[in-house]
Amino acid sequence: MGAGSLVQMGLWALLALLAITMGAKAEDLPFAVHMYIFAAAALLALVFKARSFGKPAPDTSGYLDGVVRYGAIITVFWGVVGFLVGVVVALQLAFPGWNPDLEWFNFGRLRPLHTSAVVFAFGGNALITTSFYVVQRTNRTRLALGNLSWFVFWGYQLFIVLAATGYLLGVTEGREYAEPEWYVDLWLTIVWVAYFLVFFGTLLQRKESHIYVANWFYLSFIVTIAMLHIVNNLSIPVSIFGSKSYSAFSGVQDALTQWWYGHNAVGFFLTAGFLGMMYYFVPKRVERPVYSYRLSIVHFWSLIFLYIWAGPHHLHYTALPDWAQTLGMVFSIMLWMPSWGGMINGLMTLSGAWDKLRTDPVLRMMVISVAFYGMSTFEGPMMSIKAVNSLSHYTDWTIGHVHSGALGWVGMISMGCMYHLIPRLWGQKEVYSLRLVSWHVWLSTLGIVVYASAMWVSGIMQGLMWREYDDQGFLVYSFAETVAAMHPYYVIRAFGGLLFLVGALIMVYNLYRTIGGQRPVKVAVPGAALAAAE
Amino acid sequence: MSTYDTMRHFADSWGLIAMFVFFAAATAFVFRPGSRAHYEEAARIPLKNASED
Repeated sequence: MGAGSLVQMGLWALLALLAITMGAKAEDLPFAVHMYIFAAAALLALVFKARSFGKPAPDTSGYLDGVVRYGAIITVFWGVVGFLVGVVVALQLAFPGWNPDLEWFNFGRLRPLHTSAVVFAFGGNALITTSFYVVQRTNRTRLALGNLSWFVFWGYQLFIVLAATGYLLGVTEGREYAEPEWYVDLWLTIVWVAYFLVFFGTLLQRKESHIYVANWFYLSFIVTIAMLHIVNNLSIPVSIFGSKSYSAFSGVQDALTQWWYGHNAVGFFLTAGFLGMMYYFVPKRVERPVYSYRLSIVHFWSLIFLYIWAGPHHLHYTALPDWAQTLGMVFSIMLWMPSWGGMINGLMTLSGAWDKLRTDPVLRMMVISVAFYGMSTFEGPMMSIKAVNSLSHYTDWTIGHVHSGALGWVGMISMGCMYHLIPRLWGQKEVYSLRLVSWHVWLSTLGIVVYASAMWVSGIMQGLMWREYDDQGFLVYSFAETVAAMHPYYVIRAFGGLLFLVGALIMVYNLYRTIGGQRPVKVAVPGAALAAAE
Repeated sequence: MSTYDTMRHFADSWGLIAMFVFFAAATAFVFRPGSRAHYEEAARIPLKNASED
């Protein structure tokens, strides 16, 4: 415990002091609340650091798996929170009485809480956790830069808490999937740079000469999200003591910036990173190498070269210039190729081992997720075609599409990975009960099918009702009539979401029984011995 | 010409060509002769440390 620790403690103390000052001078209540949360977090970090004095230096041989263990648990926790809020907002849509007379819990505030909880809290933690696990195993080296990975973990949780409390208190930038205000954005930038340094540093000190393709996907996710986050959140605060800021862009430029960000949040956050999981955990589970390694590299380059241009398809028939709309549509359609190439690559990894699907429900979950990846990446490009979009846009069809990707692909691959990871991190061969995994798989699959088909019917009906003219040229339906017609489908959708939530709760019980009473295991880095055996 | 026009013309000419050439080269590189063994070896990386996972 040398001078470095003292400097670190001094920095935390300064940060706490700064936050308390900012909180005292705050111009609005949410900003004050956030600054005090910040101060509390900095003080906790200070105390934690201070308590390490006089203790023996921690063992730094073997893989750094402590942060992976914390990450796995928090991923499951945020997942259940996100799914629960999802069921609540689905019920609020079906039964408006569920919007209480308390402004904090109305649909408008709970909806970003739901989207951010599932995308950033559940998905983001799944990505950080698995990337830390995979980058160590595939490069046969410990995570770089000491305890910086712990800072990434706790810093990211702080970001989530600030974002979530902000939504409930009414703080929002109103940018899709990027609602947190300027100071939370700045904090996330710092955390993200640290994340990049840990990941990239680990790659630099690798013992394996080739960087396995899963790491390419993880790295592209980290780098691209940094770029997207910074550009999309360029804004000017009204006051440095207040929570409100205004975007640096205006009008159609702002809209395009938002959807350039928004669609690439789907492409790089919700796709590229999770493909990294697929390329490591599916081969691991099947105990066979990926079907075609060359295809995985072609998949990588074509995915990243195409996705970045697809955003304008969110702005069909708006003030965006026609050529930009068409460009977005064309690139979206081209995305069929890498998406299906990747799906086929994932599924064909099972060739010769398809029988494992019968005996291994964890693998079944992963395979269903890859199938949903294929399905939703077929549906997406189809919906980006202008003629289809003129029917589907602004309707529930879009919501159904997002959920078949989010629940089916992102949710199922993440939970499949957790079923694989968690027993191994606590020295177990498998989870407590594979039978319960099987229940989870079928409950969530049924839930997604119910959800997506309810939204297809509701969305197409909604779109057709909006465009129905009579022979005099008048619109046939008022908006309220379309809302009334959708009521039964909203109830069915809430039921589908409930099935998915029940499946997740079964997972919590199963994992709790798996971990309960077990000690964490330390895993040695296979170094010289392995190299000699090759 | 405005900055916007300059950048746009650069993007849809040289920028487009540069990115396409990079993409084509990266894809072609994967199929270079004699690389099969290298990629088969790379594909086995996750399975190497099977004992500990």
